[in-house]
Amino acid sequence: MSGFDLSGLTASFGGERVIGPLSLSVREGERVGLVGRSGAGKSTLIRLVYEQVERLAALVPQDLGLVNALPVFHNVYMGRLDAHGNWYNMVTLVRPFTRDSRDVKSLLSELGMTEKAWMPTASLSGGQRQRVAIARALYRQSGLLLADEPVSALDGPLAHQVMTLLRERFKTSVIALHDVELALEYCTRIVGIQDGQIALDESSEKLTPADIAPLY
Amino acid sequence: MLSSPTVKTSLIFIAIALVGLVFADIAITAANPWKDLGRFFLGVITPDFFSTEGLATALLRTVAFAFVGVALGSISGFLLALVYRWLPVRILCAFVRAIHELFWALIFLQFFGFHPLTGVLAIAIPYAGIFAKVYSEILEEADPEPGRLLPPRTGVVSAFLYTKIPDCWVQLRTYTAYRLECGLRSSAILGFVGLPTLGFYLESAFSQGHYSDAGAMLILFYVLITTMPLWVKPKLLPVYIVGAPFFLGEGLPIVWSNVGRFFTQDIVPSPLRGEEGWAGMGAWLGDMFVNQAMPGIWNTVILTQVALVATGIIALLAFPLISTHFGGPVRRTSGHVFLVIMRSTPEYILAYILLQLWGPSMLPAVVALALHNGGIIGHLIGRQSSTIRLRPDAPTGLNRYTYELVPRVYRSFLAFLFYRWEIIMRETAILGILGIYTLGFYVDSAIQNIQFDRAMVLILITASLNIGVDILGRFIRRKLALQTMPTC
Repeated sequence: MSGFDLSGLTASFGGERVIGPLSLSVREGERVGLVGRSGAGKSTLIRLVYEQVERLAALVPQDLGLVNALPVFHNVYMGRLDAHGNWYNMVTLVRPFTRDSRDVKSLLSELGMTEKAWMPTASLSGGQRQRVAIARALYRQSGLLLADEPVSALDGPLAHQVMTLLRERFKTSVIALHDVELALEYCTRIVGIQDGQIALDESSEKLTPADIAPLY
Repeated sequence: MLSSPTVKTSLIFIAIALVGLVFADIAITAANPWKDLGRFFLGVITPDFFSTEGLATALLRTVAFAFVGVALGSISGFLLALVYRWLPVRILCAFVRAIHELFWALIFLQFFGFHPLTGVLAIAIPYAGIFAKVYSEILEEADPEPGRLLPPRTGVVSAFLYTKIPDCWVQLRTYTAYRLECGLRSSAILGFVGLPTLGFYLESAFSQGHYSDAGAMLILFYVLITTMPLWVKPKLLPVYIVGAPFFLGEGLPIVWSNVGRFFTQDIVPSPLRGEEGWAGMGAWLGDMFVNQAMPGIWNTVILTQVALVATGIIALLAFPLISTHFGGPVRRTSGHVFLVIMRSTPEYILAYILLQLWGPSMLPAVVALALHNGGIIGHLIGRQSSTIRLRPDAPTGLNRYTYELVPRVYRSFLAFLFYRWEIIMRETAILGILGIYTLGFYVDSAIQNIQFDRAMVLILITASLNIGVDILGRFIRRKLALQTMPTC
C-alpha cells in the first residue's frame, strides 16, 4: 500500500456534515502535511482515509490507541500481529522471542527509549507514550503512514528527530500537523482543511508560513 | 424533598413493606429465646477448637468445593461471555443464575447422591451464569481503539488476547476473587443439605447444643475469609486449582440408573406418568398452584419486601461505623470487625442460628437477611463516604450525617439496594428449607414426599420470580439513573 486516489469522501457527526464531499489523491512518494484550525476535520479525514484504504496503512491516531496494561514491547509488537499465528502470539505474550525483542529494541533505541521496553505503558509520560505509538507504526512496515499530530507532545529537537525518522521510513505519508513550520520542513505537499473542505493544496516549496496563516 | 424521585421511590417501598408487615408472621415462639441467645454468645466467646476431629476436614472440604466450583464456573462463564451477545445464551445464563446453589444441590442430590459432583456442580452452574454476565460486561467496557489499529488480517484470538484481555485483566481478577469469597460462603452452606462442608458440622453442633463447637467453626470461617488476601496469591492459584479436586472427599458412588430414572420418570409430571395423561395436567397444575405455588410466592414476596427495607435501614445505620467522617480509629476498627462478621456470615447460617434461638417465624429470616445484606451495602457506602471531602467548617454529628453525607451517598445506596433486591429474593426463597413458608419450603416438602415433578415446577416458578424481580430492579435503576459496579 502506498498512494491512493479517493473521491466522494464525506463524514457526518450527529447529522451534521463535518467533512466533504471532497476528493484526495496522493501519489507514491508524496509526503502530505494536513494543516488547519483544530476542529476543521483533519482527524476525521485521516480516520476516513484509514478506513478507505482498508486499514492497510500504519496509523498514529491522536489518542494513540495503546493498551495501557501491556508493556511497551507488546504495544510495538502489535503493529505486526498478523505476521504470526495465534500460538506464536500467545507465547510472545508470556515470553517474547529473541528475534522480535531485538527488532523492537532497535526501533526503540532510535526513538531514545531502549530502557523502557518492559515498562507498563500506563507508567510512561505523554511524550514517551507518543513515541510508543510511533514505534508501533514503524514496526508495522507499511508503505503508507497516516498520522494525527504525531509529535505534539515532543519537545523541539526530539520532534525533529522523530519527523526525520518518519520521512526516512515511510515512502508516502499523510500527517496532520498544527505546527506550520514543521509541516513546511518535512512535507512535500501541504493540504489545508477549512470547514471540512480542501481550501489549499500546493507544493510546500511554493509556500511560506504567511500563505497558510489565513487558514487559522 | 418529597418530589425527588429517589425519595418517592423509597417511600413507596417503605409503604409496601409496612403493608407486608401486617401480613407477615413475625413472632418469637421459642420458650427461652434470650437464654438460648446468651448461651450461643457464650459459646462464641468460649470456642472449642479441638472437640470435633471433623472440624479441620470440614474446613478443608469447604475450601476445596469452593475452589473447584468457582474455577469451573469461571472458565465456563468466560467461554459463555464470548458468545453472550447471542440471545439464547443470555436467557440460559439468566435462568441458571436465578436458581440458588442449594436448589441446584437438592436437584443433583436426587440423582448423583452424595457424590462430590453434586456440590461442585451446585456451585459451578449458577456461578457460570453470573460470571458470563459480569465478564461480558467487563469485556464490553474495554477500549476499542487498539483493536481498530491492528493489521486487518490479524487472527481473532491474537486480537482478543492483545487488545481485550490486558485492558480488562485487573477487573476480571478482582471480580473473580470476590466471587471466590462468595464461593466459600456457598460451599459452607451446602453442608446444610448433607455435603461434607462446614454447614453440616455447624448443624450437628447446634442440634446437640454444642455452642462452643459452633462458635469455633464460625470463628475459623471468619478467619478463613478475612485472611484470603494472605493465602490466595496469584502464584499459588494453580496449585490450589489442581490440588482442590483431591480434597473433595470420596462421597458415595453415583448410581447411574438413578440418573436415568430421574430424567425419564421422576421429573415427568405425575398425570403423564399415570393413566390420566394430558387431561389430568390441568387439575394437577391447578392443585399445585393453589396449595403450594401461590402461598409460596405470597410469602416469598412479603418477606423479600420487608427484608429489603430492613436491609436499607441497617445499611444506613451501619455505614457511619466505618466512615472516616465519624469517630476515632478505635471505633472505626470495631466497626470494620462488626461489618466483616455481618457480611461474611452467609444469611442462611444467620437465619439458621436465629431460627434455632427464636423459633420458627419470619422474624429470624428478616433479621438475617437485613444484617447480612445491610452489612455488605453499609461497607460499600461507608467506604464511598470516606472519599467525600467536606468543607472545613462542615457540621458534626447528626447534622453531618443527615445534611452532608446521606444526601451525597443516597443514590449509590439505592443502586446497591436495588441491585441486591434479586439476591435477597433468591435467598428468601431458599430460607424456606429452614421451615419458613416461602417457595423453598414447598420445594423441600415436595422433595421429601418424593414428588420431584412438583419440586421441579416450583423451582422453575422460583426462577421466573427472580428473573422478574431482576428485570424490575434494573428498570427502576435505569429510571432513576442509578449506576453500580457488579462487585457488590
